[in-house]
Amino acid sequence: MAKQYETVIGLEVHVELATKTKIFCGCSTAFGGAPNTHTCPVCTGMPGSLPVLNKQVVEYAAAIGLATNCEITQVCKFDRKNYFYPDNPQNYQISQLYLPIARNGYVEIEVGEQKKKIRIHEMHMEEDAGKLVHDEWDDTSLVDYNRSGVPLVEIVSEPDMRSADEVMAYLEKLRLIIQYLGASDCKLQEGSMRADVNLSVREVGASEFGTRTEMKNLNSFKAIARAIDGERQRQIDLIEAGRAVVQETRRWDDNKESSHAMRSKEDAQDYRYFPEPDLVPIVISDEWIAEIKARQPEFRTEKLERYNRAFDIPRYDAEIITNSKKMADIFEATTAICGKPKKVANWLMVETLRLLKERGQEPEDICFAPEHLAKLIELTEAGTINSSVAKEVFEKIFDENVDPEKYVEEKGLKIVQDDGALEEVLKKVIADNPQAVADYKGGKEKALGALVGQTMKAMKGKANPGAVNKKLREMLA
Amino acid sequence: MANKISDETIEYVGILAKLELSEEEKLAARSDMERMLDYIDTLNELDTEGIEPMSHVFPVNNVFREDVVTNGDGSKDTLKNAPLQKEQCFKVPKTIG
Repeated sequence: MAKQYETVIGLEVHVELATKTKIFCGCSTAFGGAPNTHTCPVCTGMPGSLPVLNKQVVEYAAAIGLATNCEITQVCKFDRKNYFYPDNPQNYQISQLYLPIARNGYVEIEVGEQKKKIRIHEMHMEEDAGKLVHDEWDDTSLVDYNRSGVPLVEIVSEPDMRSADEVMAYLEKLRLIIQYLGASDCKLQEGSMRADVNLSVREVGASEFGTRTEMKNLNSFKAIARAIDGERQRQIDLIEAGRAVVQETRRWDDNKESSHAMRSKEDAQDYRYFPEPDLVPIVISDEWIAEIKARQPEFRTEKLERYNRAFDIPRYDAEIITNSKKMADIFEATTAICGKPKKVANWLMVETLRLLKERGQEPEDICFAPEHLAKLIELTEAGTINSSVAKEVFEKIFDENVDPEKYVEEKGLKIVQDDGALEEVLKKVIADNPQAVADYKGGKEKALGALVGQTMKAMKGKANPGAVNKKLREMLA
Repeated sequence: MANKISDETIEYVGILAKLELSEEEKLAARSDMERMLDYIDTLNELDTEGIEPMSHVFPVNNVFREDVVTNGDGSKDTLKNAPLQKEQCFKVPKTIG
């Protein structure tokens, strides 16, 4: 019988914090600025420049630590991690090795019906590096230091995961906690959340771990899942062929769906950490921890329970809506105005998700005002506009945050309530479509649909299809 | 000198520091480093049992900045330090990835 293998996975997750400024200087962290515009002597490592810690970084990091059941290190400090690479202008990264801000935590994940605790070994604060872009034309690399010094937390798990599904569940859990805290937008595509996967395999039942490799460059959930499957198989193949797994860092290429070793022995991972002399220790008092705790928001699990009690919407809807803090906020604000939770849920789950997908956006990108969605629901409920017009107006709200009342007024989209006008149009449609009329009278129910369609077209959509249908039947009876 | 540094260590430190050393320089670096280690050994003569490691020389903690943008576009000054540049970026020899 073939040997059975178990995959053992630990994760290092980097999260860019949502501060306005960098960790050690007053440069902006805004994404997408022209190259090197958000730089100064501190974040480009000029001699003589001195870093000063952004207080908000400590607040966010401690909040994440508390939300993931960690112990907060009440006297913590920074260390220098030395390495040479063009994305690192100081030739060292300011990080935390000896006294990281949080340790010994866990999050609970659910895979299927199974609940499981994934332990967090430690979490530390550090600065991000610059961005390297390969220049095909010159075959050189271009460096933009805008990201250099953007605050990160790195969350290091214990090797507690056994499958790609568990890894996804763990990442989703972290994403939700951190987004709910407002500590990061956690976008894998934009790199504000990145995961390195440490993976080894061992025979089922073995007590020792196998030799692990570390995989980098995983920038989507799909890439992570594929890389896990690929690396698991690569290691099993090596073991089956009687060869050893080498402890190394590998770079995943999602286009080729394979990885290659990244650092050779020459580039040994010897970072020669030492205490950062330019920054003083951080003392996090009991009072400060209490303040941060008091500010913790309602997390998803609690929110789901409350939705179940307070709103008459299916569990499925509540799960989708609370899967994004932004979505949940809009849901609650809109429902508070219009008092129709199910209608609000429908707009969010159907049209909003469809448009997000079409635009390649994430729920955190939603920028319309809850007031406008509430008004749209009221307009539809009052029969002022029909459902297809409502969809069209919603798209405008979604894209441009227009006021639906004004928009409907300006564009003349209101349903024509004037029965006389409708009758005129109907008479013309009936006269123009003798064949359809004959078919309907001959018992073909479908022919009526064609006539309703013609009428809606002639009315430029500003009629209520139900009313048109009813009136048509009357006139053809 | 009590401390001895091997050829391999000198080679390894050179690689880490991205330095190419001539044989002469290696010899000089080795004797410097051996003397440094000997000097540090003096500290071992002290009994540090029960003394908490010092994390910083100043008795100061919690020096913070508020999260407010104070710097504007620094690209002009920053790029003055670029020996080569292109499209407002530092141009460097090709790196992997």
